[in-house]
This record gives sequence, structure tokens and C-alpha cells, in this order.
Amino acid sequence: MVEGMNLNHDNHDTVVQTQKLTKRYGDRLAADRVSLTVRRGEVYGFLGPNGAGKTTTLRMILGLIRPTSGSAAVLGQPAGSPAAVARVGALVEGPGFYPYLSGKDNLRVMARYRGIPESAADEALERVDLATRGDDRFKSYSLGMKQRLGAASALMGDPDLVVLDEPTNGLDPAGMLDMRRLIVDLARGGQTVLLSSHLLDEVQEICDRVGVINNGELLMESTVAELRGGASLAVRGRPVDRAIAVAMGLAGDDGVHVDGDRMLVDLEPADAPALVRELVAAGVAVHEVTSVERTLEEVFFEMTRNELEATR
Amino acid sequence: MSTATTSTRVTTGTTRTTNPFAGAAASARAELLRLRKWPAVWVTIGAWLALTVMFGFLFNYVSYKTGDTSFSNEGVTRQSLLDEVLPANVPHVLIQGMPMFGGALMLVLGALVAGNGYGWGTWKTVLTQGPARPAVVTGSFAALTVFVVTTVVATLALCFGLALLIAGVESQTVVWPTLSDTAKSTGVGFLVMEMWALLGFLLGTVARGPALSVGLGLVWALVVENLLRGVGQLLGPVEAFTKILPGTAGGSLVGSIVGTGGPDPTPGVLDTLSGSTAMIVLGAYLVLTPLLAGWLVTRRDVA
Repeated sequence: MVEGMNLNHDNHDTVVQTQKLTKRYGDRLAADRVSLTVRRGEVYGFLGPNGAGKTTTLRMILGLIRPTSGSAAVLGQPAGSPAAVARVGALVEGPGFYPYLSGKDNLRVMARYRGIPESAADEALERVDLATRGDDRFKSYSLGMKQRLGAASALMGDPDLVVLDEPTNGLDPAGMLDMRRLIVDLARGGQTVLLSSHLLDEVQEICDRVGVINNGELLMESTVAELRGGASLAVRGRPVDRAIAVAMGLAGDDGVHVDGDRMLVDLEPADAPALVRELVAAGVAVHEVTSVERTLEEVFFEMTRNELEATR
Repeated sequence: MSTATTSTRVTTGTTRTTNPFAGAAASARAELLRLRKWPAVWVTIGAWLALTVMFGFLFNYVSYKTGDTSFSNEGVTRQSLLDEVLPANVPHVLIQGMPMFGGALMLVLGALVAGNGYGWGTWKTVLTQGPARPAVVTGSFAALTVFVVTTVVATLALCFGLALLIAGVESQTVVWPTLSDTAKSTGVGFLVMEMWALLGFLLGTVARGPALSVGLGLVWALVVENLLRGVGQLLGPVEAFTKILPGTAGGSLVGSIVGTGGPDPTPGVLDTLSGSTAMIVLGAYLVLTPLLAGWLVTRRDVA
């Protein structure tokens, strides 16, 4: 599974490394040569629409399913090997627990599997605010409580890597906020978090780096800031053609985009005074100058649209 | 959610379960906890104990008291009805229902233990805890075996309890069976029940769920094997095939102890194979079934 990979980087900054990880189900490629890198201590967002291949990739990283080709290493060990799995906590595609057991007993069972003291169950329940409902049966839990129990199970034993697949699914707004705080806190405490999500604002808010996946392919991997790109200036001025000519003089011919009755200029906010001076000097009446930042959502849809067009 | 506890994280380095033996032991402890608290396990074992009470003691004793005969004791004298429910006969009563009914219920138990985890997604959770898959399966077999042993021991205790009670009520002298007979029956009972439990586990693993595996397993154990043995009396090749069936092996092993003659043959108790041959076939099932189930769990994708 790990041919050709350097597995001796346990102390290195790489926590997860996949190389051309591929999973084929019949004619369908659920994951297509996914090569991603998760570094120690970061919150890595695995972003993509439903059915993009996020869960399939995470399952391969956890050793639950075998890749058709490619390889994955976790904490310097082959993915799925006991040495790797013992240091990973995971919640993948919904929490799977014994319905007849209480939340606490479910965690006690998992603590026994992990070979850690059963008292870890109480601590984990506290951490996700389930302590008061710990003695209730799992089947009586709401969707959000089940999800929180899944997170609690993933946190037991302080694993080096916490893999959370759509962790805010089924949570109410307050629960989502708590879960995001918890994730940020894990990273602060030194744990690495690999998180999949289809919620762009979630990833934008809490992730250090992000991998964008669609149709099984990893489209790009970078920091959130890099992905969003720098800020640009939105300018409304009259006459428009003269304003565009002046802006092109500063930002280059490709640096000006017309957007309705305004233009977007690829310049930093610090360049605004210079731009305004030039425009006024050229006789342009400047009605509005604002600094705009692209949201991850805009980047994402642009990226997936480009991919769609490329495949046509 | 508390956000105050993470700044002082201590890496525990959970390497305890990476050792295969430690992993199997950890898995067995975990499985024992969840099986012990599972009502379905106790309902299944309770059903078997209830069958033992009814067919092993209640019907015979009521017939003895009332002088009536029923389908299960037609043509039996009153004294022999009483003898069958006294302590000396416990080694026979203990195991006579195991080839068919006890085995069928252990098959249900094994199928539940293996099969439900796929629907609930608990195998997925378990396989991301640390122990390697062979260790997890070994632990699950070990826990299942503990419950089979518990069932056989509970059956033995129940049989002696009822037999002593009846002996007391009927003012009969208590004649104990020999220790070796008791031990031999208990051992045979365990092997037969364990074989069916492991077959249930295999079926639950193959079907990835309890419903199909329990359904097919019960039809096989209670109906198909008997039909095949019927057909086997007419067709040579089918007869050869029936000799290697689990029901034949279990039934023949029990038959070698309790005998198949007499006016009230127990369903499933056979004399198709000699005791030693039956032991070999049964031993093969005890070895091959867990290997096959373990191989499947180790190889497959778990969604």
C-alpha cells in the first residue's frame, strides 16, 4: 500500500500524505489520484460538494477501505496499520454506535478497544456537553447529540490526528458554533484536525489550509488566504471608458474587470489613494471606491465552473 | 462544549493496542462489555433455557404426574419418564436438544454479534480504534465463546437444579451421574454450541446483517439439512454430502453419547457418523469457520 513512499517522517511536519489515491467502484471513480498533505498542528479543510469523494478519501486514509491504486501514509505509517490507527480519532460519515447502550457505555466500549482507561469516557462526554445525558440510551439521542457523541469518541485518548467527516451535520446553530470552537481548540492544543465539509463559511472560518475536491479530483490545495486571493478595489466612476483606461494604466490590461456599472481593479487597498488621484487627474468623476475580498464560496464556484467547462 | 481543557494536552501514545495479543485482549474486553449489556443476547440464551426446561423436564414431569402421554413421550413407561428428569440423567438432558434447537439459537447469537455491526456502523467505529482487524475478530470470537460457555454452564446448573427439585418433591434417592459423564457431556455440548455460534458469526459476516443470515441459517439448520438427509437415503452422492454437514456432525456427536434408539428419538440427534468421525468433522468446522470469517473481515472494505 505504501510502495515508493518515505515512511520515516514521523517526526516531520507531515501528518497525512496521500499519493495518487484512487478508488474505483465499477465505472465510477469515487476518488481520482488524490494527493494531499496535512501538516502537523493545522486544521485542514477538505472541501467539496456532497458526493465529491471526501468521505471515500477519508475512509482510505483511515484504512476502512482499500485504494484501487495509490497510497496513503498517516503519521509516517501505512494508512490503516494499527500503529497509525491507534493515534487517530475519527468520526466518519455519521456516528456508528450500539443503539441499546447508553452514550457513556458506548464510549467505555471504545475506550476498551483503544486500551485506555474507561474514565476517558466521562472526560469526553464533558467535553461535548453530553455529561448529563450520558446514561441515556444512544437510540434516544437527537441527531445532534449522536454527532456530538461521535466527536467525543474521536477525541478519546488525545489522538495526534482527529479526522472529522462533516462534523456539524445535524447540529443546530449553537451546536455548530460549539463544534467549531472545539475544533479550533484542538488545534491550539497541538492536535492536527482533518475536517471535511461542504460548508464554505465553516472552512473559511476555522481552517488553516484547504483542499478542494470535486468529482473525485483534488482541484487545488492551499491556504485559505491564498485560495481567496488578494483583495481588489471596486470603483464606480464616470465616464466609464476613461476610468477603465486609467485603471489599466495602473493595474495592467488584465487587471481590470467590468462588473455591472463598476469595475474591479486588481490592486491592494493601499493603492486606492494613487488610483483615485490618477482618476481625478484624468477628469473622471469618482462616485465610489471600496476594497473587496472574494469569499471562498466565490472561489469555489469559479473553480468548479472552470472544471465543468474544461470537461465539455 | 468545554473549550478550556485542551491547552494542556498530554500525548498518551496509545501503543498498547498495536501489539496483536494486547489488541485481541482489548477487543475481547470491549466486546464482553457490549454483549453483556445487550438484551438480545440474554433473550436468545433465555429462549434456549426455556426450551430446556420445557422439553427436558416440564413435559415429561407433567406426563408422569398426570399419566398422559404426548407427542414427545409416546410409548414410554411412567417410571422411565421420571428417570429421565432425575439427576442421573442430566448428562443426557443437557445435550439432547443442542444439535438442533440449541445450535439454532447459538447460530442466531453468532449472526447477531457479527451482523448488526454493519447496519449500525459500529464495525466502522471499532475498526478505527487501533487494534488490527485480525485482533478485533479474535476478540469478538473470544467474547462470543465466553457467552457460549456461559450458556452451557447455565444449562448444566439449571438441569441439576430442576432434577434435584423433582427428586426432592418425588422423594427419590438422589443418584448422581459420574463426573466423567457429566464432564464429557458438558464438553460435547460446548463444542456443538460453539460450532453453530461460529457458523452464525460467519453468516452474519457474509450477509453484513442479521436478518438474512438468521433467516437463511435457521432454514438451513432446521429444515434443509433434514431434507437432505432424507434425500440422501435415496441418492448416494447426496448421502456422502450430508455426512459433512454441521448438523450431521453435531447430531452424531451427541447421538454417540445419548444414543438414538428408544421410543422417543430427539430431533437432530443422529447416528450417521461414529463419535470419533463426528468429532473430526466438527473440529474442522471449529477451525475453518473462524478462519474464513476472519479472512473476510480482514479483506473487505467497511463502509
